[in-house]
Amino acid sequence: MSLLYLTIIFPLIGFILLAGLRDQISEKMAAIIGVGSMGLSALTAAYVGFDYLGDPSQSGYFHQILWTWFSIGDFAPSFGLQLDGLSLIMLGMVTGVGFLIHVFASWYMRGEEGFARFFSYFNLFIVSMLLLVLGDNLLVLFLGWEGVGLCSYLLIGFYYKNPSNGFAAIKAFTVTRVGDVLLLIGLFILFREFNTLDIYEITQRAPEVLTSGSTTVTWACLMLLGGAVGKSAQLPLQTWLADAMAGPTPVSALIHAATMVTAGVYLIARMHPVFELAPNVLYFVGVIGAVTLLMAGFAAMVQTDIKRVLAYSTMSQLGYMFLALGAEAYQAAVFHMLTHAFFKALLFLSAGAVIIACHHEQNILKMGGLWKKIPFVYLCFLVGGGALAALPFITVGFYSKDEILWQAWAAGHPELFWAGVVGAFLTSIYTFRLIWLVFHGEVKTQAHKIEGVSYWLPLGILLVLSTFVGALLQQPVGHILSGVLPEFVVSPTMATDKHFAEFTAVGVALVGILVGVVLFAFKYDAVKKLANTSFGAGIAHIWRNAWGFDALYHLVLVKPYLMIARLLGRDPVDGAWSVLPAVVKAGNSFSTKRQTGSLRGYAAAITLGAVILLMILIVIQVLGK
Amino acid sequence: MPEILTPNNLILPALILIPFITGFLCWVFEKVSIRAPRWIALVGMLITLGLAIQLWLSGHYGETTSIIVQPGTLPVWQAEFMLPWIPMLGISFHLALDGLSLMMVLLTALIGVLAVGCSWNEIQKNVGFFHLNLLWSIGGVIGVFLAIDMFLFFFFWEMMLVPIYFLIALWGHSGSTGRSRVYAATKFFIYTQASGLIMLVGILTLVLVNFTQTQVLSFDYMHLLGTSLPYAFEYGLMLCFFIAFAVKLPVVPFHGWLPDAHAQAPTAGSVDLAGILIKTAAYGLLRFVLPLFPHASADFANIAIILGLIGVFYGAWLAFQQTDMKRLLAYTSVSHMGFILLAIYAGNLVSLQGVMIMMLAHGLSSAALFIMAGQVYERLHTRDLTLMGGMWGQFRYLPFFLMFFSAALMGIPGTGNFIAEFLILIGSFKQFPIFTIIATVSLVFAGLYTLIMIHKAMFGQPHRSQEKLTKPLKDLDNREISMLLVMAVGLIWLGLFPQDFLNTSHLSMQWLSNAYQFPLFVTPDISPVNGVEIQ
Repeated sequence: MSLLYLTIIFPLIGFILLAGLRDQISEKMAAIIGVGSMGLSALTAAYVGFDYLGDPSQSGYFHQILWTWFSIGDFAPSFGLQLDGLSLIMLGMVTGVGFLIHVFASWYMRGEEGFARFFSYFNLFIVSMLLLVLGDNLLVLFLGWEGVGLCSYLLIGFYYKNPSNGFAAIKAFTVTRVGDVLLLIGLFILFREFNTLDIYEITQRAPEVLTSGSTTVTWACLMLLGGAVGKSAQLPLQTWLADAMAGPTPVSALIHAATMVTAGVYLIARMHPVFELAPNVLYFVGVIGAVTLLMAGFAAMVQTDIKRVLAYSTMSQLGYMFLALGAEAYQAAVFHMLTHAFFKALLFLSAGAVIIACHHEQNILKMGGLWKKIPFVYLCFLVGGGALAALPFITVGFYSKDEILWQAWAAGHPELFWAGVVGAFLTSIYTFRLIWLVFHGEVKTQAHKIEGVSYWLPLGILLVLSTFVGALLQQPVGHILSGVLPEFVVSPTMATDKHFAEFTAVGVALVGILVGVVLFAFKYDAVKKLANTSFGAGIAHIWRNAWGFDALYHLVLVKPYLMIARLLGRDPVDGAWSVLPAVVKAGNSFSTKRQTGSLRGYAAAITLGAVILLMILIVIQVLGK
Repeated sequence: MPEILTPNNLILPALILIPFITGFLCWVFEKVSIRAPRWIALVGMLITLGLAIQLWLSGHYGETTSIIVQPGTLPVWQAEFMLPWIPMLGISFHLALDGLSLMMVLLTALIGVLAVGCSWNEIQKNVGFFHLNLLWSIGGVIGVFLAIDMFLFFFFWEMMLVPIYFLIALWGHSGSTGRSRVYAATKFFIYTQASGLIMLVGILTLVLVNFTQTQVLSFDYMHLLGTSLPYAFEYGLMLCFFIAFAVKLPVVPFHGWLPDAHAQAPTAGSVDLAGILIKTAAYGLLRFVLPLFPHASADFANIAIILGLIGVFYGAWLAFQQTDMKRLLAYTSVSHMGFILLAIYAGNLVSLQGVMIMMLAHGLSSAALFIMAGQVYERLHTRDLTLMGGMWGQFRYLPFFLMFFSAALMGIPGTGNFIAEFLILIGSFKQFPIFTIIATVSLVFAGLYTLIMIHKAMFGQPHRSQEKLTKPLKDLDNREISMLLVMAVGLIWLGLFPQDFLNTSHLSMQWLSNAYQFPLFVTPDISPVNGVEIQ
């Protein structure tokens, strides 16, 4: 276990090498360094994980202090790592899925300009993400938190030649930074109360230091939630995720689906003892999740870009995790995060394969009939889509999502449950639409065959993990988590509802697929006709723009900001000071102009001056008496 | 005349004299060769840096962490040097060095080396006189950081301006606003000179008040500490000092000189200004305003912090709107200095240590960015961001470093800037929660102005006007890369292992914080005593 720090060191070395050498090395060499360092990290993580599980003496908490970051008075945060059940799951997810995506990226990115630059960012991202999930105090967590944000910025803007990619990157960074600022304020509040930022100490001492339901704890949790909402693209800071798809597809898979966007879920799960002292905020977490998953579900139904469909579905699935957190079903949330990492990475990588096969075409309306050309990708999409729609028994999504829905019901939040059910219905429809439009129907584009071991191997592994095989992890994951996250306890009065909840969820998912089949496979003309009516077009327009949040923020925030910037642009305060030299110059020109040399004028001025002085004297004399 | 406890330490005057002497030699040896001044200046600055490092190593600062400074004591110096100068008026050549001034001197010496390095190819005319001015300004700044005789302090304070004036006026660029470099230099000189005079009034009054109480005429800081001032006097004198430092820091609305001076100075001048010159103001506030006028400062805290916050946002907005790279960077300095005001007037140990790291990290990161602006100018012959573009593909290492230092500028954790901002904010939060939250929000703005600069410079396609440049464009050479690497390593060192620096200033900052929160004197008479709010 003492090798834990090596999981971070390896990608760090990879980053330094790649950043230093840049394009001086061949593509092959860069891939070896980039993927190899990631592989070593994953191997170390596996070793550390088995070591951890095999050693019961640690009582489930391993602490490795690398050095004291700084110490001022009694404030001395360490630069340290911790390993417990939750961190272990995250470590496995980040290094495991991360390694597979690295391998795939070495295939996807070949021949691109800046190959080494891409992998240097990728490795740096892994470093930051691991610091985020392994950090033993909130400051190290924040280091990782900002680090992944920076890497996300760099990778979204990777294709630098198109300036709009740069704007998408700025948008992603800025919107998440709003969340980061809130998180930072949350840290200030927690530090004021606890006088430490150590996660273990805060979670242990929370019940004695903070009063349940007090203003302080409510604000602290709201601020933490703000950070989580920003990173995990939930309402109201969700607008950046769809634009983030401007980055290369492996980036979308790794950062904007599998790992970084789950940081918010991790944060809330990690700080759950604090959140439980603010039950209102915790419920609010669930409501945010519910609203987001519905909103994103509607938006996903009308997107035409294959990656944007997946982006909105990611947003929606993250909504499920928030919903679970709100219902205090932490283990279910974390398990769904894990399975989501599998099947969404699978979907994104398959989408990348589709994009490559179609010569960088991303519009699903221009695709069709691809299943013959790329049957393996088709299979991947079927399994991944099935897991997304939670097809019963054979996919992993079923086991994780239905657990969430059932526990939301059992926790006494029927409104959250029903929101989730409606969301599942939407998910089925848009998933079917996506697969049908891309792989069936008439052939609209020339696709070419694709091959390479670094392409099918990661897909294959993720494919297997997205089936019921992945669900075999449910028990062990629950076991690993049990020391950190409380198990969900179903009250006896509710236990009888289990079948009702499950049947509803399964039924609705299947009905959704059926509706999808009818709409897109058989009655597609009717759908098109509806979309052409003014009502249908209006709804579709609103959904396509994800309920118009972008327009709203543009009006309320961006425009005023730019207007103030323009108003201040020429530095009016500095301009105001130029009054001083102007007065001096005016005085100068006034007095020089009086110096005419004309004797008559001088005599008149002297007389006038004398008269004025005399009058002043008289006035003073009169008033003085 | 006050006695000093430790024997005279000759390194202190050497730190000041070496830049002056080598600067003069540069001028003399210009006749020999155009390259001679560069080497002489470099050697001179390296010796200065070496002496500063020697002082640092011999200070045993690693052992200070657990020492607690009691309120009511006098400051303790690591080294002192004293020569009588004008005994009749109580003026002596008194230098003293503690952890705070040591860090500042180290930064100055390092920036001095880099300033010489970055003008290696840029300056081709009057090389000798250029280096004379550069080194004399650095010598003056070191003098400011070491002098603790008020008259001597004022002497160096005014003296460092003259060489900077020449640097801007003789080797500067004409500004994007169409103003000449002489305009910028004159503006700089008038602003700082006028404010300096106000401080002189403050110094003289303070000395005379002290004279009426003790019957000893002395300009010595150690003697003046604890001068018991009637409240109105204290407030007035505090304002005299504050305005002088506020102009130099700069605090909005006194910032007008800075964008012009920064943007139109040669690279070394901008590095000098941003890296160290504006730190003298923060140093002055710490060294003189807080301990000498603690009650008035405590009452003034709200106003100062509000001014600071206005500066934070005003600077950020203006920076966002600039198209001249150096003007943009200049306004970011305005924005960052607002944090320093917040921290100084919060005045507890954590926030003051944050100021310490902020001065070092901002010195390095802004100096690096100004150097990079110079490097971009040498290649693309423009500082106009609208005429740049696509730099990611144009160079191998330049975009990497530009991105790194920009990340530092916006306070990405892992760089010293983050530690600085974090300590400042978390330290101030207990006393001023609302102000701190507002300051924290500005981090979003910091991200915006930095990224818009990166966007304009590095994204898209190269501008059409670059077609006439000779291709391929030259990437950074070894001299430039090693300079940038030094600064990058420094920033990461500050970000990951700040304890080395925090230890150095630990005792000084404790003493300052005590002197602010537990004043060394009680306000006499029946004047409105507003007790210092001690949290």
